[in-house]
Amino acid sequence: MTTTSPTKTAAPDLDPAPPAAPAGPGRSRFKLGAGGQLKGGPFTYIALAVVGLGSIFPLYWTLVAASHDQERVLDSPPPLLPGGRLMSNLEAAWEQANLGKAIVNSVIVAGSITVATLFFCTLAGYAFAKMRFRGRGGLMTAVIATLTIPPQLSVVPLFMIMSDIGWGGELESVIFPTLVGAFGVFFMRQYLLEALPYELIEAAKVDGAHNLRIVWSVVLPAARPAMMVLGMLTFVQAWNDFFWPFLALNQQNPTIQVALGQLSASYTPDQSIVMAGALISTLPLLLVFVVFGKQIVGGIMTGAVKG
Amino acid sequence: MATTTPARGAHTPPTGGSGAAPHGRGAWRTRLWRFDDKVSPYAYIAPFFLVFGAFGLYPLLYTGWIALHRVEMTSLDQSEWVGWDNFAKILQDSEFWTSVSNTFVIGVISTVPQLLMALGLAHLLNYKLRASTFWRTVILTPYATSVATAALVFALVFRADGGLLNWVLSFFGVDGVDWGNGHWTSKIAISVIVIWRWTGYNALIYLAAMQAVPADLYEAASLDGANRWQQFLKVTIPSLRPTILFTIVISTIGSLQLFGEPLLLQGGTLGAVGGSEHQYETLSIYLFNYGWKLGHLGPAAAVAWAMLVLLLLIALINWIVGRYVRKNAV
Repeated sequence: MTTTSPTKTAAPDLDPAPPAAPAGPGRSRFKLGAGGQLKGGPFTYIALAVVGLGSIFPLYWTLVAASHDQERVLDSPPPLLPGGRLMSNLEAAWEQANLGKAIVNSVIVAGSITVATLFFCTLAGYAFAKMRFRGRGGLMTAVIATLTIPPQLSVVPLFMIMSDIGWGGELESVIFPTLVGAFGVFFMRQYLLEALPYELIEAAKVDGAHNLRIVWSVVLPAARPAMMVLGMLTFVQAWNDFFWPFLALNQQNPTIQVALGQLSASYTPDQSIVMAGALISTLPLLLVFVVFGKQIVGGIMTGAVKG
Repeated sequence: MATTTPARGAHTPPTGGSGAAPHGRGAWRTRLWRFDDKVSPYAYIAPFFLVFGAFGLYPLLYTGWIALHRVEMTSLDQSEWVGWDNFAKILQDSEFWTSVSNTFVIGVISTVPQLLMALGLAHLLNYKLRASTFWRTVILTPYATSVATAALVFALVFRADGGLLNWVLSFFGVDGVDWGNGHWTSKIAISVIVIWRWTGYNALIYLAAMQAVPADLYEAASLDGANRWQQFLKVTIPSLRPTILFTIVISTIGSLQLFGEPLLLQGGTLGAVGGSEHQYETLSIYLFNYGWKLGHLGPAAAVAWAMLVLLLLIALINWIVGRYVRKNAV
């Protein structure tokens, strides 16, 4: 992802250390990267390792706590290595929290939100990036401004509206408000501004394609890499969403996060079973992360450069 | 990928489309093309505005109406005009003011260290590193963790007896910190959860902005004799100012919404009221408790409007600070 700038020639040394940089391959070791930065030293790696451990440890400990019985988890000193009760705890969590149904619900919710977001945000992003129409600037500002409105401001009436139209407690009440989001529109716009040359659109027009046809055969192929990233970001967000689903859904029909919240709120919850539930809810996303980490990292860095 | 060229969109696309429409096919077809060109962009952005209008803007205004009525969870279709009573009720409730101040305190002690750490972390990641993607992915993992999972794990870590943290602290001679029940310790615990989840994310945003800083700025600075630290202060930070402001706005709005962390820190009935003495009750918890636990939606809507006022205040402060910073920079 690092764009190495072509500064091979006579880049002044910012580092006080490399006096005897030999010619040939060794010289390039002190080449300036993007932003004129230099190679990290041991301190950099140590600091990153400490932060990295801090990032990973709570997740590792979720696994540890999920594999002991509750007494051991709450004991002092706490366990630091996994125990042997993982499978039985997972089973208990599965039954007690209705996790099977919750996972299916989460897949439906996050899946449909992701598909709809991709479709609508690509269309809107394309319009904002490449089409000329009256009010484009103002409307784009309006889109970005909606990012600053917390959901708390509208949950009370939203709850009443949903019950009014018969979606009270149903998955629709969670899916529909999030079908298309400002971040996605902005993200696709940013990407298409650069990735889709006007020449391509013009060529299609000369060939006699109407707008929808252009979207289908020119815009969508060009947008595919960004759509993959946006898809993953959207899925992560929808899967992890807690506040509104917790208010809107009930015990019989929860998403996995809601089920987890209810499991922990139950009368005297067994902590190792709660942790087993937490593990189940997190594992699918961690897998996505391990496989697509690079793209997700790149996506966050692209999408957020400018506010 | 991280570098963005300035505003390509400002370029006007070469016109032609409809002008180059088929000749002799008749005016009707040309008119259809023109219509297509005119309406299509609006059709493409319409879904966003429809969804936002129906589930964002309309409820937001509706909230104001509910705040002036008596609406109970038990009978959602009945409402009774009560005027400013709901507002009077919450404004006279000391618990409301506690939650305002809690939200503010937790917001500050989670946002400030978070963004400072993210800045430092981005600086480290901006070095040429072995396995740079690996490091970036690792520090972003907490982002893939849900509020619920994070809050539940940290609830165990922060347990007063048998908790992981107190066990570690005991080696340093600190014993028996009651994280959940203390006024400051509980707020710190919640902030730690927030910081853990969002530092890596913000670091990546800063990193992207850092990589967009032109290298010659650093070259010029080093020719002027600036050392690393001075370069960081005089080149990196000023170049990042818009990004920093952006992250401040986003994190501040985020901290106004804190819900899952306090709800699940101790769980159960304690979670729903933000602790035995409301010591970590946030505005969202207060709203939830009034609306969903007690079942009075009118006051809950009034709380939502109080949050809106706070949001506008924050925006105003941001604007003033931003102006001040810009003025002093020139």
